[in-house]
Amino acid sequence: MIEVENLTKFYGPHPAIKGLTFNVNQGEVVGFLGPNGAGKSTTMNILCCILPATAGTVKICGFDVFEQSLEIRKKIGYLPENPPLYPDMTVTSYLEFAAKIRGVPNNKVAASRDRVLDKCVLKDVRHRIIGRLSKGFQQRVGLAQSMIHDPEILILDEPTIGLDPIQIIEIRKLIHELASSHTIILSSHILPEITHICKRVIILNDGEIAAVDSLEGLTASLNKSERLLLRVRNSSNGIADKLQTLDNVLSVNAEGDKEFMIECAMNSHVQDQVAQMALEHSWGIEELKTVSMTLEDIFLKLTLEEKGVDA
Amino acid sequence: MRNAWVIAKRDMGSYFNSPVFYVVTTVFLIIYSFIFFNILNFFSFQSVQAGQFQGMNVGLNLNEMVIEPSFHNMLVILLLMIPVLTMRSFADEKKGKTYTLLLSSPLHLKEIIFGKFLACITVVFLMILLSSYSVGFLLILGQPEIGPIVTGYLGILLMAGCYVGMGVFASSLTDNQIIAAVIAFGFSLFMWIIGWASQAAGAGLGEVLQYLSLIDHIERFLKGIIDTSDVVYYLSFIFFFLFLTHRVLDSQRWR
Ligand SMILES: Nc1ncnc2c1ncn2[C@@H]1O[C@H](COP(=O)(O)OP(=O)(O)OP(=O)(O)O)[C@@H](O)[C@H]1O
Ligand SMILES: [Mg+2]
Repeated sequence: MIEVENLTKFYGPHPAIKGLTFNVNQGEVVGFLGPNGAGKSTTMNILCCILPATAGTVKICGFDVFEQSLEIRKKIGYLPENPPLYPDMTVTSYLEFAAKIRGVPNNKVAASRDRVLDKCVLKDVRHRIIGRLSKGFQQRVGLAQSMIHDPEILILDEPTIGLDPIQIIEIRKLIHELASSHTIILSSHILPEITHICKRVIILNDGEIAAVDSLEGLTASLNKSERLLLRVRNSSNGIADKLQTLDNVLSVNAEGDKEFMIECAMNSHVQDQVAQMALEHSWGIEELKTVSMTLEDIFLKLTLEEKGVDA
Repeated sequence: MRNAWVIAKRDMGSYFNSPVFYVVTTVFLIIYSFIFFNILNFFSFQSVQAGQFQGMNVGLNLNEMVIEPSFHNMLVILLLMIPVLTMRSFADEKKGKTYTLLLSSPLHLKEIIFGKFLACITVVFLMILLSSYSVGFLLILGQPEIGPIVTGYLGILLMAGCYVGMGVFASSLTDNQIIAAVIAFGFSLFMWIIGWASQAAGAGLGEVLQYLSLIDHIERFLKGIIDTSDVVYYLSFIFFFLFLTHRVLDSQRWR
Protein backbone atom coordinates (compact mmCIF):
# COMPACT_ATOMS: atom_id res chain seq x y z
CA MET A 1 0.00 0.00 0.00
CA ILE A 2 2.78 2.40 0.89
CA GLU A 3 6.08 1.85 -0.83
CA VAL A 4 8.99 4.05 0.09
CA GLU A 5 12.22 3.73 -1.73
CA ASN A 6 15.50 5.43 -1.05
CA LEU A 7 13.77 8.47 0.38
CA THR A 8 16.14 11.31 1.08
CA LYS A 9 15.48 14.84 2.23
CA PHE A 10 17.96 17.64 2.60
CA TYR A 11 17.23 20.85 4.43
CA GLY A 12 19.89 23.01 2.85
CA PRO A 13 23.09 21.04 3.21
CA HIS A 14 21.82 18.95 6.13
CA PRO A 15 20.19 15.63 5.46
CA ALA A 16 17.13 15.05 7.62
CA ILE A 17 16.55 11.57 6.27
CA LYS A 18 18.93 9.48 4.25
CA GLY A 19 17.82 6.74 1.91
CA LEU A 20 14.84 5.30 3.76
CA THR A 21 13.31 2.20 2.22
CA PHE A 22 10.31 0.46 3.69
CA ASN A 23 6.86 -0.85 2.88
CA VAL A 24 3.61 -0.69 4.71
CA ASN A 25 0.92 -3.20 3.82
CA GLN A 26 -2.79 -2.66 3.77
CA GLY A 27 -4.32 -2.85 7.22
CA GLU A 28 -1.01 -2.68 9.02
CA VAL A 29 -0.28 -0.49 12.00
CA VAL A 30 3.29 0.68 11.83
CA GLY A 31 5.14 2.77 14.36
CA PHE A 32 7.96 5.19 13.73
CA LEU A 33 10.14 5.28 16.76
CA GLY A 34 13.02 7.65 17.13
CA PRO A 35 14.60 10.33 19.26
CA ASN A 36 14.13 14.04 18.60
CA GLY A 37 15.38 15.04 15.20
CA ALA A 38 15.43 11.50 13.86
CA GLY A 39 13.35 12.50 10.86
CA LYS A 40 9.95 11.07 11.80
CA SER A 41 7.98 14.22 11.09
CA THR A 42 9.93 14.89 7.94
CA THR A 43 9.11 11.43 6.60
CA MET A 44 5.45 11.84 7.47
CA ASN A 45 5.28 15.22 5.80
CA ILE A 46 6.65 13.70 2.64
CA LEU A 47 4.13 10.85 2.77
CA CYS A 48 1.34 13.41 3.10
CA CYS A 49 2.52 15.37 0.07
CA ILE A 50 3.36 18.43 2.13
CA LEU A 51 7.09 18.32 1.61
CA PRO A 52 8.85 17.23 -1.54
CA ALA A 53 11.61 14.68 -1.18
CA THR A 54 15.09 15.52 -2.39
CA ALA A 55 15.47 12.05 -3.83
CA GLY A 56 13.71 8.73 -3.82
CA THR A 57 10.14 7.72 -4.53
CA VAL A 58 7.02 7.21 -2.49
CA LYS A 59 4.06 5.34 -3.91
CA ILE A 60 0.80 5.20 -2.02
CA CYS A 61 -1.92 2.94 -3.42
CA GLY A 62 0.06 3.00 -6.62
CA PHE A 63 0.03 6.80 -6.86
CA ASP A 64 3.23 8.80 -6.77
CA VAL A 65 3.35 11.49 -4.07
CA PHE A 66 4.91 13.94 -6.44
CA GLU A 67 2.92 13.33 -9.60
CA GLN A 68 -0.50 12.39 -8.28
CA SER A 69 -0.63 14.01 -4.88
CA LEU A 70 -4.28 14.97 -5.21
CA GLU A 71 -5.38 11.34 -5.38
CA ILE A 72 -3.27 10.49 -2.37
CA ARG A 73 -4.51 13.43 -0.35
CA LYS A 74 -8.03 12.12 -0.76
CA LYS A 75 -7.04 8.88 0.88
CA ILE A 76 -4.92 10.18 3.74
CA GLY A 77 -5.85 11.62 7.09
CA TYR A 78 -2.98 13.47 8.68
CA LEU A 79 -2.39 14.66 12.19
CA PRO A 80 0.76 16.78 12.02
CA GLU A 81 3.11 17.33 14.92
CA ASN A 82 1.40 20.63 15.72
CA PRO A 83 -2.32 20.08 15.33
CA PRO A 84 -3.49 22.43 12.55
CA LEU A 85 -6.21 24.22 14.51
CA TYR A 86 -7.78 27.61 13.97
CA PRO A 87 -7.91 29.01 17.50
CA ASP A 88 -10.86 31.30 16.78
CA MET A 89 -13.23 28.57 15.58
CA THR A 90 -15.53 26.38 17.59
CA VAL A 91 -14.91 22.66 17.58
CA THR A 92 -17.95 21.89 15.44
CA SER A 93 -17.39 24.59 12.87
CA TYR A 94 -13.75 23.56 12.61
CA LEU A 95 -14.63 19.93 12.04
CA GLU A 96 -17.25 20.88 9.48
CA PHE A 97 -14.68 22.97 7.66
CA ALA A 98 -12.18 20.11 7.74
CA ALA A 99 -14.83 17.73 6.42
CA LYS A 100 -15.66 20.01 3.52
CA ILE A 101 -12.13 20.65 2.37
CA ARG A 102 -11.40 16.94 2.71
CA GLY A 103 -14.11 16.35 0.17
CA VAL A 104 -16.95 15.01 2.31
CA PRO A 105 -20.19 15.69 0.40
CA ASN A 106 -22.38 18.39 1.92
CA ASN A 107 -25.15 16.05 3.02
CA LYS A 108 -22.71 13.86 4.96
CA VAL A 109 -20.82 16.62 6.73
CA ALA A 110 -22.99 16.64 9.83
CA ALA A 111 -22.86 12.87 10.16
CA SER A 112 -19.06 12.78 9.83
CA ARG A 113 -18.75 15.54 12.36
CA ASP A 114 -20.89 13.71 14.89
CA ARG A 115 -19.05 10.48 14.29
CA VAL A 116 -15.64 11.95 15.13
CA LEU A 117 -17.01 14.03 18.00
CA ASP A 118 -18.18 10.78 19.42
CA LYS A 119 -15.02 8.82 18.73
CA CYS A 120 -12.68 11.41 20.18
CA VAL A 121 -14.93 12.14 23.16
CA LEU A 122 -15.44 15.77 22.23
CA LYS A 123 -19.19 15.98 22.70
CA ASP A 124 -18.96 18.12 25.83
CA VAL A 125 -16.72 20.74 24.28
CA ARG A 126 -18.34 20.83 20.85
CA HIS A 127 -19.42 24.46 21.12
CA ARG A 128 -16.26 25.75 22.77
CA ILE A 129 -13.67 27.92 21.03
CA ILE A 130 -10.66 25.80 20.13
CA GLY A 131 -8.14 28.37 21.33
CA ARG A 132 -9.53 28.13 24.85
CA LEU A 133 -9.41 24.34 25.09
CA SER A 134 -6.68 22.63 27.05
CA LYS A 135 -3.77 21.10 25.16
CA GLY A 136 -5.13 17.59 25.47
CA PHE A 137 -8.52 18.55 24.08
CA GLN A 138 -6.84 20.41 21.24
CA GLN A 139 -4.87 17.28 20.47
CA ARG A 140 -8.12 15.36 20.34
CA VAL A 141 -9.64 17.89 17.97
CA GLY A 142 -6.56 17.43 15.80
CA LEU A 143 -7.09 13.71 15.87
CA ALA A 144 -10.78 14.10 15.07
CA GLN A 145 -9.88 16.25 12.09
CA SER A 146 -7.57 13.58 10.70
CA MET A 147 -10.30 10.96 10.52
CA ILE A 148 -13.21 13.15 9.53
CA HIS A 149 -13.36 11.81 5.99
CA ASP A 150 -12.81 8.22 7.06
CA PRO A 151 -9.57 7.89 5.13
CA GLU A 152 -7.99 4.60 4.17
CA ILE A 153 -4.67 5.68 5.56
CA LEU A 154 -4.07 7.53 8.80
CA ILE A 155 -0.77 9.19 9.48
CA LEU A 156 -0.49 10.39 13.05
CA ASP A 157 2.52 12.29 14.32
CA GLU A 158 2.74 11.71 18.05
CA PRO A 159 -1.00 11.34 18.52
CA THR A 160 -1.00 10.93 22.28
CA ILE A 161 1.30 13.78 23.17
CA GLY A 162 -0.21 16.01 25.83
CA LEU A 163 -3.02 13.62 26.73
CA ASP A 164 -3.74 12.40 30.22
CA PRO A 165 -3.25 8.70 31.00
CA ILE A 166 -6.95 7.90 30.72
CA GLN A 167 -7.14 9.58 27.34
CA ILE A 168 -3.98 7.84 26.18
CA ILE A 169 -5.68 4.54 26.88
CA GLU A 170 -8.82 5.74 25.10
CA ILE A 171 -6.86 6.81 22.06
CA ARG A 172 -5.01 3.51 22.00
CA LYS A 173 -8.33 1.74 22.05
CA LEU A 174 -9.55 3.95 19.26
CA ILE A 175 -6.49 3.21 17.16
CA HIS A 176 -6.99 -0.49 17.83
CA GLU A 177 -10.53 -0.17 16.56
CA LEU A 178 -9.46 1.74 13.49
CA ALA A 179 -6.69 -0.72 12.81
CA SER A 180 -9.14 -3.34 11.62
CA SER A 181 -10.14 -1.27 8.62
CA HIS A 182 -7.35 1.27 8.18
CA THR A 183 -3.69 1.44 7.46
CA ILE A 184 -2.04 3.47 10.18
CA ILE A 185 1.39 4.97 10.61
CA LEU A 186 2.12 6.70 13.86
CA SER A 187 5.22 8.10 15.44
CA SER A 188 6.40 8.37 18.97
CA HIS A 189 9.47 8.56 21.05
CA ILE A 190 7.96 6.49 23.78
CA LEU A 191 8.60 2.78 23.45
CA PRO A 192 5.69 1.44 25.53
CA GLU A 193 3.37 3.62 23.52
CA ILE A 194 4.45 1.98 20.31
CA THR A 195 4.49 -1.49 21.79
CA HIS A 196 0.87 -1.11 22.80
CA ILE A 197 -0.40 -0.11 19.42
CA CYS A 198 1.82 -1.26 16.60
CA LYS A 199 2.50 -4.63 15.12
CA ARG A 200 5.63 -3.46 13.41
CA VAL A 201 8.13 -0.82 14.37
CA ILE A 202 10.48 1.18 12.20
CA ILE A 203 13.21 2.65 14.29
CA LEU A 204 14.72 5.80 12.91
CA ASN A 205 17.90 7.27 14.18
CA ASP A 206 19.64 10.24 12.71
CA GLY A 207 17.70 9.99 9.47
CA GLU A 208 18.37 6.33 8.91
CA ILE A 209 16.48 3.17 9.65
CA ALA A 210 18.19 1.58 12.61
CA ALA A 211 15.87 -1.41 12.64
CA VAL A 212 12.63 -2.67 11.16
CA ASP A 213 11.17 -5.38 13.25
CA SER A 214 8.01 -6.92 14.48
CA LEU A 215 7.30 -6.17 18.06
CA GLU A 216 8.18 -9.64 19.27
CA GLY A 217 11.48 -9.57 17.46
CA LEU A 218 12.28 -6.19 18.83
CA THR A 219 11.48 -7.09 22.38
CA ALA A 220 13.44 -10.28 22.10
CA SER A 221 16.51 -8.58 20.72
CA LEU A 222 16.32 -5.94 23.39
CA ASN A 223 15.73 -8.40 26.15
CA LYS A 224 18.89 -10.38 25.99
CA SER A 225 19.68 -8.81 29.30
CA GLU A 226 17.84 -6.93 31.95
CA ARG A 227 18.84 -4.39 34.48
CA LEU A 228 18.40 -4.09 38.20
CA LEU A 229 18.71 -1.02 40.30
CA LEU A 230 19.93 -1.57 43.82
CA ARG A 231 19.93 1.20 46.38
CA VAL A 232 21.32 0.62 49.85
CA ARG A 233 21.27 2.53 53.13
CA ASN A 234 24.73 1.79 54.42
CA SER A 235 27.54 2.52 52.07
CA SER A 236 30.54 0.29 52.32
CA ASN A 237 33.44 -0.42 50.05
CA GLY A 238 33.46 -3.19 47.61
CA ILE A 239 29.75 -3.62 47.06
CA ALA A 240 30.20 -3.43 43.34
CA ASP A 241 32.97 -6.00 43.39
CA LYS A 242 30.93 -8.36 45.51
CA LEU A 243 27.93 -8.05 43.23
CA GLN A 244 30.13 -8.74 40.28
CA THR A 245 30.99 -12.15 41.67
CA LEU A 246 27.39 -13.35 41.45
CA ASP A 247 26.42 -15.78 38.72
CA ASN A 248 24.59 -14.29 35.73
CA VAL A 249 25.69 -10.76 36.54
CA LEU A 250 27.22 -9.25 33.45
CA SER A 251 28.33 -5.92 34.77
CA VAL A 252 27.84 -3.56 37.68
CA ASN A 253 27.87 0.19 37.48
CA ALA A 254 28.18 2.17 40.68
CA GLU A 255 26.26 5.41 40.60
CA GLY A 256 27.48 7.08 43.74
CA ASP A 257 28.33 4.79 46.63
CA LYS A 258 24.77 3.76 47.47
CA GLU A 259 23.32 3.09 44.05
CA PHE A 260 24.21 0.31 41.69
CA MET A 261 23.04 -0.61 38.24
CA ILE A 262 23.33 -4.34 37.74
CA GLU A 263 23.15 -5.78 34.27
CA CYS A 264 22.28 -9.43 34.31
CA ALA A 265 21.13 -12.24 32.06
CA MET A 266 17.49 -12.43 31.15
CA ASN A 267 15.18 -14.25 33.57
CA SER A 268 18.04 -15.28 35.82
CA HIS A 269 16.32 -14.07 38.98
CA VAL A 270 19.43 -12.43 40.23
CA GLN A 271 17.26 -10.42 42.62
CA ASP A 272 17.20 -13.30 45.09
CA GLN A 273 20.95 -13.54 45.20
CA VAL A 274 21.38 -9.81 45.43
CA ALA A 275 18.94 -9.63 48.29
CA GLN A 276 20.63 -12.46 50.10
CA MET A 277 24.00 -10.85 49.71
CA ALA A 278 22.65 -7.58 50.94
CA LEU A 279 21.28 -9.24 54.06
CA GLU A 280 24.50 -11.07 54.75
CA HIS A 281 26.51 -7.89 54.62
CA SER A 282 23.76 -5.76 56.18
CA TRP A 283 23.85 -3.17 53.41
CA GLY A 284 20.23 -2.38 54.14
CA ILE A 285 18.19 -2.62 50.96
CA GLU A 286 16.25 0.54 50.22
CA GLU A 287 15.22 -0.39 46.75
CA LEU A 288 15.70 -3.26 44.38
CA LYS A 289 13.89 -3.22 41.10
CA THR A 290 14.15 -4.01 37.44
CA VAL A 291 14.67 -1.00 35.28
CA SER A 292 13.12 -0.82 31.86
CA MET A 293 15.38 0.46 29.18
CA THR A 294 15.07 4.04 28.11
CA LEU A 295 14.81 4.93 24.50
CA GLU A 296 18.35 6.18 24.64
CA ASP A 297 19.58 2.76 25.71
CA ILE A 298 17.63 1.14 22.93
CA PHE A 299 19.18 3.35 20.32
CA LEU A 300 22.61 2.92 21.73
CA LYS A 301 22.09 -0.79 21.75
CA LEU A 302 20.60 -1.04 18.31
CA THR A 303 23.06 1.26 16.65
CA LEU A 304 26.00 -0.32 18.40
CA GLU A 305 24.81 -3.81 17.54
CA GLU A 306 24.33 -2.90 13.91
CA LYS A 307 27.82 -1.52 13.77
CA GLY A 308 29.12 -4.61 15.50
CA VAL A 309 27.56 -6.76 12.80
CA ASP A 310 29.01 -4.65 10.03
CA ALA A 311 32.53 -4.72 11.40
CA MET B 1 -15.27 26.13 -6.90
CA ARG B 2 -17.07 24.70 -3.90
CA ASN B 3 -13.68 24.37 -2.23
CA ALA B 4 -12.82 28.01 -2.88
CA TRP B 5 -16.14 29.01 -1.38
CA VAL B 6 -15.55 26.82 1.69
CA ILE B 7 -12.19 28.48 2.23
CA ALA B 8 -13.66 31.93 1.67
CA LYS B 9 -16.46 31.31 4.15
CA ARG B 10 -14.06 30.20 6.84
CA ASP B 11 -11.85 33.21 6.28
CA MET B 12 -14.79 35.58 6.43
CA GLY B 13 -15.91 33.97 9.66
CA SER B 14 -12.49 34.55 11.09
CA TYR B 15 -12.57 38.20 9.98
CA PHE B 16 -15.88 38.75 11.69
CA ASN B 17 -14.68 36.91 14.79
CA SER B 18 -11.61 39.03 15.18
CA PRO B 19 -11.42 42.65 16.26
CA VAL B 20 -9.23 43.50 13.27
CA PHE B 21 -12.19 43.79 10.94
CA TYR B 22 -14.18 45.99 13.30
CA VAL B 23 -11.26 48.26 14.08
CA VAL B 24 -10.32 48.65 10.43
CA THR B 25 -13.90 49.31 9.39
CA THR B 26 -14.46 51.82 12.17
CA VAL B 27 -11.30 53.74 11.42
CA PHE B 28 -12.11 53.65 7.73
CA LEU B 29 -15.63 54.98 8.27
CA ILE B 30 -14.57 57.71 10.67
CA ILE B 31 -11.85 59.05 8.42
CA TYR B 32 -13.98 58.75 5.31
CA SER B 33 -16.90 60.50 6.97
CA PHE B 34 -14.65 63.24 8.25
CA ILE B 35 -13.33 63.91 4.78
CA PHE B 36 -16.74 63.59 3.16
CA PHE B 37 -18.44 66.07 5.46
CA ASN B 38 -15.61 68.52 5.11
CA ILE B 39 -15.92 68.37 1.37
CA LEU B 40 -19.68 68.71 1.64
CA ASN B 41 -19.33 71.64 3.97
CA PHE B 42 -16.96 73.34 1.58
CA PHE B 43 -19.39 72.69 -1.23
CA SER B 44 -22.37 74.18 0.57
CA PHE B 45 -20.26 77.15 1.56
CA GLN B 46 -19.37 77.69 -2.08
CA SER B 47 -22.89 77.24 -3.30
CA VAL B 48 -24.17 79.77 -0.76
CA GLN B 49 -21.51 82.18 -1.99
CA ALA B 50 -22.35 81.50 -5.59
CA GLY B 51 -26.02 82.08 -4.79
CA GLN B 52 -25.25 85.39 -3.16
CA PHE B 53 -23.00 86.75 -5.85
CA GLN B 54 -24.49 85.39 -8.99
CA GLY B 55 -28.03 84.54 -8.03
CA MET B 56 -27.61 81.03 -9.41
CA ASN B 57 -25.61 77.87 -8.80
CA VAL B 58 -25.49 76.26 -12.19
CA GLY B 59 -21.72 75.70 -12.26
CA LEU B 60 -21.72 73.77 -9.01
CA ASN B 61 -22.20 70.09 -9.47
CA LEU B 62 -22.56 67.56 -6.62
CA ASN B 63 -20.95 64.79 -8.64
CA GLU B 64 -17.88 66.75 -9.55
CA MET B 65 -17.41 68.67 -6.38
CA VAL B 66 -18.39 66.19 -3.69
CA ILE B 67 -18.60 62.64 -4.91
CA GLU B 68 -15.52 62.59 -7.08
CA PRO B 69 -13.13 63.98 -4.46
CA SER B 70 -14.72 61.78 -1.79
CA PHE B 71 -14.16 58.69 -3.90
CA HIS B 72 -10.59 59.73 -4.55
CA ASN B 73 -10.02 60.04 -0.86
CA MET B 74 -11.70 56.74 -0.20
CA LEU B 75 -9.19 55.08 -2.51
CA VAL B 76 -6.36 56.52 -0.46
CA ILE B 77 -7.88 55.33 2.81
CA LEU B 78 -8.44 51.88 1.33
CA LEU B 79 -4.82 51.84 0.26
CA LEU B 80 -3.90 52.26 3.89
CA MET B 81 -6.45 49.85 5.32
CA ILE B 82 -6.57 46.88 2.98
CA PRO B 83 -3.04 45.65 3.72
CA VAL B 84 -4.14 45.22 7.32
CA LEU B 85 -6.97 42.98 6.19
CA THR B 86 -4.99 40.95 3.70
CA MET B 87 -1.87 40.49 5.78
CA ARG B 88 -3.20 37.47 7.60
CA SER B 89 -4.39 35.51 4.54
CA PHE B 90 -1.47 33.17 4.20
CA ALA B 91 0.94 34.51 6.81
CA ASP B 92 -1.42 33.53 9.59
CA GLU B 93 -2.02 30.05 8.21
CA LYS B 94 1.69 29.44 7.97
CA LYS B 95 2.44 30.77 11.41
CA GLY B 96 -0.40 28.83 13.03
CA LYS B 97 0.59 25.63 11.23
CA THR B 98 -2.94 25.40 9.84
CA TYR B 99 -1.47 25.64 6.38
CA THR B 100 -0.60 21.95 6.67
CA LEU B 101 -4.31 21.21 6.95
CA LEU B 102 -4.93 22.94 3.63
CA LEU B 103 -1.90 21.34 2.00
CA SER B 104 -2.76 17.84 3.12
CA SER B 105 -6.33 18.20 1.88
CA PRO B 106 -7.30 17.42 -1.69
CA LEU B 107 -7.44 21.08 -2.69
CA HIS B 108 -5.91 22.79 -5.68
CA LEU B 109 -3.66 25.66 -4.80
CA LYS B 110 -5.72 27.94 -7.01
CA GLU B 111 -8.83 27.11 -5.02
CA ILE B 112 -7.12 28.14 -1.82
CA ILE B 113 -5.83 31.37 -3.35
CA PHE B 114 -9.13 32.28 -4.91
CA GLY B 115 -10.94 31.53 -1.67
CA LYS B 116 -8.63 33.84 0.24
CA PHE B 117 -9.07 36.56 -2.35
CA LEU B 118 -12.81 36.16 -2.30
CA ALA B 119 -12.95 36.46 1.48
CA CYS B 120 -10.89 39.66 1.51
CA ILE B 121 -12.72 41.32 -1.33
CA THR B 122 -16.07 40.52 0.26
CA VAL B 123 -14.97 42.12 3.49
CA VAL B 124 -13.76 45.17 1.60
CA PHE B 125 -17.01 45.27 -0.34
CA LEU B 126 -18.83 45.37 2.97
CA MET B 127 -16.72 48.30 4.12
CA ILE B 128 -17.44 50.20 0.93
CA LEU B 129 -21.11 49.36 1.25
CA LEU B 130 -21.21 50.80 4.75
CA SER B 131 -19.56 53.99 3.54
CA SER B 132 -22.19 54.44 0.84
CA TYR B 133 -24.53 55.97 3.41
CA SER B 134 -22.76 59.19 2.39
CA VAL B 135 -24.11 58.95 -1.14
CA GLY B 136 -27.56 58.20 0.22
CA PHE B 137 -27.24 61.38 2.19
CA LEU B 138 -26.51 63.32 -1.00
CA LEU B 139 -29.47 61.71 -2.75
CA ILE B 140 -31.70 63.11 -0.04
CA LEU B 141 -30.11 66.55 -0.14
CA GLY B 142 -29.80 67.09 -3.86
CA GLN B 143 -29.91 65.43 -7.22
CA PRO B 144 -26.53 63.97 -8.12
CA GLU B 145 -26.30 61.96 -11.30
CA ILE B 146 -26.67 58.24 -10.61
CA GLY B 147 -24.53 56.99 -13.52
CA PRO B 148 -21.14 58.24 -12.34
CA ILE B 149 -21.92 57.01 -8.82
CA VAL B 150 -22.52 53.47 -10.00
CA THR B 151 -19.50 53.38 -12.27
CA GLY B 152 -17.50 55.09 -9.55
CA TYR B 153 -18.28 52.31 -7.12
CA LEU B 154 -17.45 49.72 -9.75
CA GLY B 155 -14.08 51.40 -10.28
CA ILE B 156 -13.43 51.55 -6.56
CA LEU B 157 -14.25 47.89 -6.19
CA LEU B 158 -11.92 46.96 -9.05
CA MET B 159 -9.14 49.04 -7.59
CA ALA B 160 -9.76 47.54 -4.16
CA GLY B 161 -9.48 44.16 -5.88
CA CYS B 162 -6.01 45.18 -7.03
CA TYR B 163 -5.05 46.14 -3.50
CA VAL B 164 -6.37 42.82 -2.23
CA GLY B 165 -4.51 40.93 -4.97
CA MET B 166 -1.26 42.60 -3.98
CA GLY B 167 -2.03 42.01 -0.31
CA VAL B 168 -2.72 38.30 -0.76
CA PHE B 169 0.46 38.03 -2.78
CA ALA B 170 2.49 39.80 -0.09
CA SER B 171 0.98 37.51 2.52
CA SER B 172 2.09 34.43 0.60
CA LEU B 173 5.70 35.55 0.79
CA THR B 174 6.11 35.33 4.52
CA ASP B 175 4.72 33.96 7.76
CA ASN B 176 4.99 37.34 9.42
CA GLN B 177 1.86 39.47 9.23
CA ILE B 178 3.67 42.77 9.77
CA ILE B 179 6.05 42.08 6.92
CA ALA B 180 3.11 41.06 4.74
CA ALA B 181 1.30 44.31 5.50
CA VAL B 182 4.34 46.47 4.83
CA ILE B 183 5.07 44.73 1.53
CA ALA B 184 1.43 45.02 0.47
CA PHE B 185 1.42 48.68 1.36
CA GLY B 186 4.67 49.24 -0.51
CA PHE B 187 3.38 47.50 -3.62
CA SER B 188 0.07 49.35 -3.60
CA LEU B 189 1.66 52.74 -3.15
CA PHE B 190 4.27 52.02 -5.76
CA MET B 191 1.73 50.89 -8.33
CA TRP B 192 -0.23 54.04 -7.57
CA ILE B 193 2.65 56.43 -8.22
CA ILE B 194 4.49 54.47 -10.88
CA GLY B 195 3.16 56.88 -13.50
CA TRP B 196 5.23 59.67 -12.02
CA ALA B 197 8.30 58.21 -13.62
CA SER B 198 6.79 58.44 -17.09
CA GLN B 199 8.20 61.96 -17.59
CA ALA B 200 11.72 60.85 -16.87
CA ALA B 201 11.40 57.57 -18.74
CA GLY B 202 10.80 59.13 -22.14
CA ALA B 203 8.13 58.42 -24.73
CA GLY B 204 7.78 54.65 -25.12
CA LEU B 205 8.49 53.42 -21.62
CA GLY B 206 6.77 56.44 -20.18
CA GLU B 207 3.50 55.48 -21.78
CA VAL B 208 3.80 51.96 -20.46
CA LEU B 209 4.42 53.26 -16.96
CA GLN B 210 1.50 55.60 -17.26
CA TYR B 211 -0.68 52.72 -18.36
CA LEU B 212 0.50 50.57 -15.46
CA SER B 213 -0.36 53.18 -12.89
CA LEU B 214 -3.39 52.18 -10.85
CA ILE B 215 -4.78 55.66 -10.45
CA ASP B 216 -4.76 56.47 -14.16
CA HIS B 217 -7.58 54.06 -14.85
CA ILE B 218 -9.98 55.27 -12.22
CA GLU B 219 -10.64 58.70 -13.72
CA ARG B 220 -13.04 57.55 -16.42
CA PHE B 221 -14.96 55.41 -13.95
CA LEU B 222 -15.48 58.44 -11.74
CA LYS B 223 -16.73 60.43 -14.72
CA GLY B 224 -19.30 57.78 -15.47
CA ILE B 225 -17.55 56.06 -18.35
CA ILE B 226 -16.82 52.38 -18.43
CA ASP B 227 -13.93 51.82 -20.77
CA THR B 228 -13.17 48.17 -21.53
CA SER B 229 -9.45 48.84 -21.51
CA ASP B 230 -9.72 50.03 -17.89
CA VAL B 231 -11.73 47.00 -16.87
CA VAL B 232 -9.28 44.73 -18.65
CA TYR B 233 -6.42 46.51 -16.95
CA TYR B 234 -7.83 46.01 -13.45
CA LEU B 235 -8.88 42.43 -14.00
CA SER B 236 -5.56 41.43 -15.48
CA PHE B 237 -3.81 43.27 -12.68
CA ILE B 238 -5.69 41.18 -10.12
CA PHE B 239 -5.16 38.00 -12.10
CA PHE B 240 -1.46 38.70 -12.43
CA PHE B 241 -0.95 39.02 -8.69
CA LEU B 242 -3.01 35.93 -7.94
CA PHE B 243 -0.92 34.12 -10.50
CA LEU B 244 2.26 35.32 -8.79
CA THR B 245 0.82 34.08 -5.49
CA HIS B 246 0.30 30.71 -7.08
CA ARG B 247 3.88 30.61 -8.27
CA VAL B 248 5.23 31.59 -4.89
CA LEU B 249 3.18 29.05 -2.95
CA ASP B 250 3.91 26.35 -5.45
CA SER B 251 7.63 26.93 -5.25
CA GLN B 252 7.48 27.04 -1.46
CA ARG B 253 5.73 23.73 -1.47
CA TRP B 254 8.26 22.01 -3.65
CA ARG B 255 11.35 23.69 -2.33
N1 LIG C 1 12.04 23.29 8.07
C1 LIG C 1 13.24 22.79 8.42
N2 LIG C 1 14.37 23.44 8.05
C2 LIG C 1 15.58 22.93 8.37
N3 LIG C 1 15.78 21.81 9.05
C3 LIG C 1 14.70 21.13 9.45
C4 LIG C 1 13.38 21.58 9.16
N4 LIG C 1 12.51 20.69 9.68
C5 LIG C 1 13.24 19.74 10.28
N5 LIG C 1 14.57 19.98 10.14
C6 LIG C 1 15.66 19.13 10.61
O1 LIG C 1 15.45 17.82 10.14
C7 LIG C 1 15.77 16.87 11.12
C8 LIG C 1 14.60 15.93 11.34
O2 LIG C 1 13.52 16.65 11.90
P1 LIG C 1 12.11 16.01 12.23
O3 LIG C 1 11.21 17.10 12.62
O4 LIG C 1 11.71 15.16 11.09
O5 LIG C 1 12.46 15.09 13.48
P2 LIG C 1 11.46 14.24 14.38
O6 LIG C 1 11.94 12.84 14.29
O7 LIG C 1 10.06 14.50 14.02
O8 LIG C 1 11.79 14.82 15.81
P3 LIG C 1 10.78 15.06 17.05
O9 LIG C 1 10.76 13.80 17.80
O10 LIG C 1 11.48 16.13 17.81
O11 LIG C 1 9.47 15.48 16.52
C9 LIG C 1 16.17 17.64 12.36
O12 LIG C 1 17.56 17.63 12.45
C10 LIG C 1 15.66 19.02 12.11
O13 LIG C 1 16.52 19.96 12.69
MG1 LIG D 1 8.46 15.20 14.98
